[in-house]
Amino acid sequence: MKRKVLEMMMVAAMTMGLVACGGSDSGDAAATGDTSSDTEATTEETTEASGELIKVGIINNDPNESGYRTANDADLKAMFTKENGYDASFAYSLKNDEQIQAAQQFIQDDVDYLLLSAADTAGWDSVLQDAKDAGIHVILFDRTIDADESLYDASIVSDMAKEGETAVNWLADQGLDSYKVIHIQGVMGSAAQQGRSGALDDKVAAESNWEIVAQQTAEWNAEKAQQIVQSQIDAGKDFNVIYAENDDMAKGAVAALDAAGISHGVGKDVIVMGFDCNKWALEELLAQNWNYDGQCNPFQASYIDEIIKTIEGGSAPAEKVVIMEEKGFDAETITQEDVDTYGI
Amino acid sequence: MSKTNKKENFWRGLVSNQLFIPIIALLLLAIINLFHDPTFFKVTMGLNNAGNPVLSGYLITILDYGSELAILAIGMTLVTAASGGQDISVGATIAIAGSAMLRVLCGGEARPTDLAAPVIVAFLVACIVGMLCGLFNGVLVAIFKIQPMIATLILFTAGRSIAAWINNNELPIVPDPKFGYFGGFIPGIPVPTTVFIAIACIIIIALVLKLTNLGLYTQAVGINEKSSRLNGINPTAIKILAFVILGLCVAVAALIKVSRLSTINYSVIAKDIEMDAILAVALGGNALSGGKFNIWASVLAAYVIQFLTTTLYKFEVSSDALAAYKAVVVILLVVFSAPTVRNYLSSLGKKFTSKKEVA
Repeated sequence: MKRKVLEMMMVAAMTMGLVACGGSDSGDAAATGDTSSDTEATTEETTEASGELIKVGIINNDPNESGYRTANDADLKAMFTKENGYDASFAYSLKNDEQIQAAQQFIQDDVDYLLLSAADTAGWDSVLQDAKDAGIHVILFDRTIDADESLYDASIVSDMAKEGETAVNWLADQGLDSYKVIHIQGVMGSAAQQGRSGALDDKVAAESNWEIVAQQTAEWNAEKAQQIVQSQIDAGKDFNVIYAENDDMAKGAVAALDAAGISHGVGKDVIVMGFDCNKWALEELLAQNWNYDGQCNPFQASYIDEIIKTIEGGSAPAEKVVIMEEKGFDAETITQEDVDTYGI
Repeated sequence: MSKTNKKENFWRGLVSNQLFIPIIALLLLAIINLFHDPTFFKVTMGLNNAGNPVLSGYLITILDYGSELAILAIGMTLVTAASGGQDISVGATIAIAGSAMLRVLCGGEARPTDLAAPVIVAFLVACIVGMLCGLFNGVLVAIFKIQPMIATLILFTAGRSIAAWINNNELPIVPDPKFGYFGGFIPGIPVPTTVFIAIACIIIIALVLKLTNLGLYTQAVGINEKSSRLNGINPTAIKILAFVILGLCVAVAALIKVSRLSTINYSVIAKDIEMDAILAVALGGNALSGGKFNIWASVLAAYVIQFLTTTLYKFEVSSDALAAYKAVVVILLVVFSAPTVRNYLSSLGKKFTSKKEVA
């Protein structure tokens, strides 16, 4: 009997352990539990300081997801501080249902603004309706959702298709006789992949001297990209452009080129293109090892701040959908200043 | 008559030999590639961008990438044999060990200009971290009697976050190009370094198995824990030891993985590698429920799996569909290793040989 009780306790303890660990992985900080205690703690402090702080609840994806996300999170954290007049709570998850739960929690906590980078485009209608009924302003950042426009006040997004177009136009301007492209794609179906692939696919279909040597998804993974390019080299394929849809994959591709003794960069055999403007990637550009890097702007905080100021001033934001300005960097013209300013 | 028996025994021995399935799979893949495109087997000598001579070709790629898998297969085979279950946290613990290694190498800075510590120190730290992770899993399995797959689920889910936390979410880049040698080439030696690392691991485990009773004890614990205890073997210690050895293998694999790109990405490094490692154990004909094992069959199977992966890449199978093809292999394996099918195969051999005798 005693033993059975002990066993039961053991099992209970283990399951608890499992639950706790599972939670910490998805990075949601147990969206409901932790955030509520966070908000309580901060509200207590704020009543002491001043009652004028604007209360915002920020729902984001896991900052570990990528360098982009880390920069995005750091940018938001730097903007929404007490010094800038905000009382911010953060919730992180890569799962839509956990994000929705966090949103409900924020609505209960009666935040003034709900900032959202949704994990998935679908499923947000009812919770955003609740927010609207409670008089909470909703601002989407980074990612758009499939919901009626009336449910949110503004959305600040990147135009992935334009990022792709800018990159492909740059490539076309290089004036090569023929373009033989190894196209390394991100996770299939993601907005970034669709936008960046679409522009290249259109161009290849339209021009006779453009050709895709290989088109494979490496799922944003440098190791996979390395294997894919390695396989093309082993097969003796002829190519002169690597079009990788993010910096990590471009790095993997370059590792394969280096091992095979294929020169790359400005004025060399193979043109290397990446996206996201990681600082280390821009440094590769500066060293002329890569040729092009397209920006995917993670710095939405200042745009959001502006919109909140507008709404607080009593007027509606001028545009519902704000598309951020994004650049493409050329290895021949990039400066150290660019690296410092735009590197993430 | 005795001749028939000999032939029969030979056939039986062949079918029941653990190396049978991986060798058949290897031959099958080799033949398919030979007929499809003989240049698959071409190995050429060239210079890499650092100006050093290197061998290149599909076979070299297979040796290169298969080696890290072979190292993991060694540990995974022991874990499988001792505990009758598999460790699914291998990929996540590679992230943890790799992250610890970078933390020591870069001293917590994202972009250091010099190494903060020698590579050997960082590697030893990674070994300790890997063994601690193995110890954690081993204790859960051996002392708390949790199913290995459930016990290792904890690190499987939490490991990558722990890895990110070790480096404060930074993605450090190792400044010293020499660090890249472990996952690449040492100047002047045209064979990938990973091959030498794998050979070293294989020699070490061979010596351990030869000089100690580890193999026998592991098998005994896997076959029957109670009777092995009655015979004076400590099953708890043997199981924990198996997980700790796997932890060491993980640290070596982490060194290779991190060295390949001189940096880390916590969410994708060594993603799904545990599945390949488990598949290697299965393809090696080891009993997945524990007991009998043959490390050499697993090591060979690891290279066969990389052969399959590389072949699929060559056929330009979309890389997100790779898992589906491997699933087909798993199904075939399960069917072939079923006792009924094996018996049928042996009886088929019997018929074949006796018919020949009549003729």
